[in-house]
Amino acid sequence: MATPLTLRQRFSLARFLHGMGAEAGPILLDRRRVYILPTRHGLLFGAVIIAILLGAINYDNGLTFALTFLLAGLGIVSILHTWRNLLGLRVEAGRCAAVFVGEQARFPLGLRNDSAEPRPAIILVPAGGDEVVHDLAPGLNWVEIARPATQRGRLKLGRFHVATRFPLSLFRAWTPLELAMDCLVYPAPAPQRGLPPGEAGASGSGGDKGQGQDDFASLRPYHAGDSLRHVHWKTAAREQGIHTKLFSGEAAQELWLAWDLLPGLDTEARLSRLCRWVLEADAVGITYGLRLPHRVIPPDFGPGQRRRCLEALALFGDKP
Amino acid sequence: MTLPRHGRLWLLAALTAALLPQLLRLPLWFIPYCVALLGWRLAIDLRDWPLPPRWLRVLLTLVGIGGVLTGYRTLIGADAGLALLTVMLGLKLLELRSLRDAMVVIFMGYFVVAGGFLVDQSIYVGAYLLVNVLLLTAALIALSHPAGPLHQFYLRRAGLLLLQALPIMVLLFVLFPRLSEPLWGVPKASSSASTGISDHMTLNNISELVDSEEVAFRVRFKGPVPPANQLYWRGPVLWVTDGRSWNLVSRDFSPRWLSVPGQYDSLDDPVHYALTLEPHNAHWVFALDLPASVPNGITLNADFQLLSKRKIIARQRYELASHTRYVTGPLSDEMHRLGLRLPPGVNPRSRNLAAQWTHLPAQTIVDSALAYFRDQPFWYSRRPPPLGDHPIDDFLFTTRRGFCEHYAAAFVTLMRAAGVPARVVTGYQGGEVNPVSDYLIVRQSDAHAWAEVWLDSDGWVRVDPTAVIPPHRIEAATDTQRFLTTDAAMLIFDLGWAQHMFAELRYRWDAVNDAWNQWILGYNHQRQKELLERLGLLRFGWQGVIALLSGAIAAVLGAVMIYLLLRMRARRDALVQIYQHYCYKLTKIGLHRAPHEGPMDFARRVATLRPDLAGINNEITALYIDLRYGKADTATSLPLLRAAVARFHPK
Repeated sequence: MATPLTLRQRFSLARFLHGMGAEAGPILLDRRRVYILPTRHGLLFGAVIIAILLGAINYDNGLTFALTFLLAGLGIVSILHTWRNLLGLRVEAGRCAAVFVGEQARFPLGLRNDSAEPRPAIILVPAGGDEVVHDLAPGLNWVEIARPATQRGRLKLGRFHVATRFPLSLFRAWTPLELAMDCLVYPAPAPQRGLPPGEAGASGSGGDKGQGQDDFASLRPYHAGDSLRHVHWKTAAREQGIHTKLFSGEAAQELWLAWDLLPGLDTEARLSRLCRWVLEADAVGITYGLRLPHRVIPPDFGPGQRRRCLEALALFGDKP
Repeated sequence: MTLPRHGRLWLLAALTAALLPQLLRLPLWFIPYCVALLGWRLAIDLRDWPLPPRWLRVLLTLVGIGGVLTGYRTLIGADAGLALLTVMLGLKLLELRSLRDAMVVIFMGYFVVAGGFLVDQSIYVGAYLLVNVLLLTAALIALSHPAGPLHQFYLRRAGLLLLQALPIMVLLFVLFPRLSEPLWGVPKASSSASTGISDHMTLNNISELVDSEEVAFRVRFKGPVPPANQLYWRGPVLWVTDGRSWNLVSRDFSPRWLSVPGQYDSLDDPVHYALTLEPHNAHWVFALDLPASVPNGITLNADFQLLSKRKIIARQRYELASHTRYVTGPLSDEMHRLGLRLPPGVNPRSRNLAAQWTHLPAQTIVDSALAYFRDQPFWYSRRPPPLGDHPIDDFLFTTRRGFCEHYAAAFVTLMRAAGVPARVVTGYQGGEVNPVSDYLIVRQSDAHAWAEVWLDSDGWVRVDPTAVIPPHRIEAATDTQRFLTTDAAMLIFDLGWAQHMFAELRYRWDAVNDAWNQWILGYNHQRQKELLERLGLLRFGWQGVIALLSGAIAAVLGAVMIYLLLRMRARRDALVQIYQHYCYKLTKIGLHRAPHEGPMDFARRVATLRPDLAGINNEITALYIDLRYGKADTATSLPLLRAAVARFHPK
């Protein structure tokens, strides 16, 4: 249930212009959220009706009066249809997949149409972006707003409009919305290939201390992000908790990807190189750690490690 | 924003439908021109032809404007304006790019539809209006729906919108205040050819009308229909003759005395009636001899003829009153002179015949002339033989076959030659009563000409020489009915049930047309005031009417809103509804079920927070889960659940 608005909130111009601020969702587009105004075409339509009405009055022409009033009726009724097309829609935020700088960040939005009828031509308008039009079948419809990721860090979806001009394009009903939704943007991986040489003391002389994928070495408790292929299902089946298998092998190395290895570059360039290294190290499947000023990620491997490292790079310099 | 192809196709279809009736009215060369423009547009949409280059569009524009100019000699006025609009609409189609262009085209389409009403407002055109608006609305919907063609859906939705708009249209039509005067200048006359009585009479032009079944006007009497021999509908009065044709006195010069309204003393109570006149592109308004009231916008002249200030180019309705028995005022010198004038040297034999009567009293002269028509072998014929250089002589002494105009012209010639002031009056005579709706239909075939003579005792007296021809000398059987009754000829002769039914249908259809004319086309300031007064709606003045109008429209919108909300409401199944009702009851005591919370988790939480409710709470949850996910039989368990929720009253 939506909380009632105070009178001041209800008639606030800021609410009309900017929406109600970032919200968690799902958001129900109820009466107080859906605005409606004539479009340019609607204003022109009004002018046309007045012109035909003047003609009808001057010529005292019964059928022209009928036409005028029929068009006026259509215009008025279309307000309700347009308004109803948006009213009662629920908007919820989906989970955003992280992207690299230079890619398109895709913000999935769940548009739940709780009515028995489809809602045609629902328009999403991101701030400063182009309209995207969708027909919404009854039920939940997933749609996307794409925004270019130009900067690493957290890209906010920002304010956007859910709108519709259906059926006659004479009126536009809309709701300004801001969902608490962001997309993690990793730095763009630098073009240079190749991993840094192993740091002294980092790779063990015994050669089998590190984690590889060849020979089973031991078990440790499962961390979020560990590859499912390495889960020790036998212990899981015995309800002894979920464990991850650790392997050791000749190929296993422990590599430190460190900020200090890249002197003389500026921050973003360093982060880009580190990003490339993380990707390469992950592709090779070695165990690697990331050492940044103020943040050290201990050596590990697998999708979880990759995500932890890229996230640290993306948010480098942010306050935790 | 580019236009979806299906939207463009709908637009084209809707515009073709809107232009079609116009094309049939425009000069012939418009048809290939417009077909070419529409065809090119179709090729653009279906075959991806390019838009025509700029120079070609300019050329086509010039050709179109040139064509309108040569066809109409002007670019303004109703007809030329409509033609120009058609040309521009066709051209605009060829540069359709954005939604804005499409909207402009659709709005121009509305103007074309409205423009057509200036020319024709028949019931068919009214029905076609709905088709046009339906198609244009469907086009608007298709243009507003880029996702793809759902043609049936567009038509259905357009129909729904139209259906919901209709009550608003009716309310506005009835209650929106109508003005009694036009807002600006006088509308230009339409060029459509006039049918009916004209401002002059040459021997034969009325007989061209006799076969026309077209309606001239319809009359609804407030009271009984007067007898057929009094139904003389007065039109142009013709004074001036060259021996062959008869003309208005104002055709050559417009004397001042003519515009002074004629005076007369009435000898009976007035007959009140409403006359709905079909457009005839002239000024005169037909009224029963003699008109007693002069409505707004109309003048009465010295000939007792009603003249509209504007040409009657659209159907008009008049509230009139007439006296059928009267004595007119004195005869002025000008009228006396004009009423005796005959062209010298024409029709000498007729003048000789009349010269024998000059010494007789006026009434006897009239009777002598009528006796001549009755006693000599004169025939009433719809196809009289041609007449020579002395037409009246030929008619009176040789052919002796003629139509009403022959008799009227010959009679007036004889009167004038005998020294009795006389004139020809044209108009209509009789009419037939529509038994379905009890009004009189006067058709072009009822066109008539008769005479008026000046008698010192009575003033102007109507004499209809045609009426004295005995029935056996009337060639067409139906013509004998004319002066005797207003009943339909066909019903009297009773030519079998099929014809009877046909006549019945014809009357019914005419009654529908009459209602259309009275209530749709003739609904003006006057009619509106009458209706609102009769309904008692004018008690609070026009403000009251406007308030009523707004309230009624709001009520219609409320009904539409409720309909839309109900139609869009989700069809939830009964089980979910019952469980939601249960959750709602818990909400009231402060226990909200979180969106992610399953029924079991929720029940567990409720049980911990409110151990007193645990029993019934577990029962409801168990039933719900079993119904939803288990094998419980809906028929037996659903009522149990419903009952359990019903008796659940947490406090």
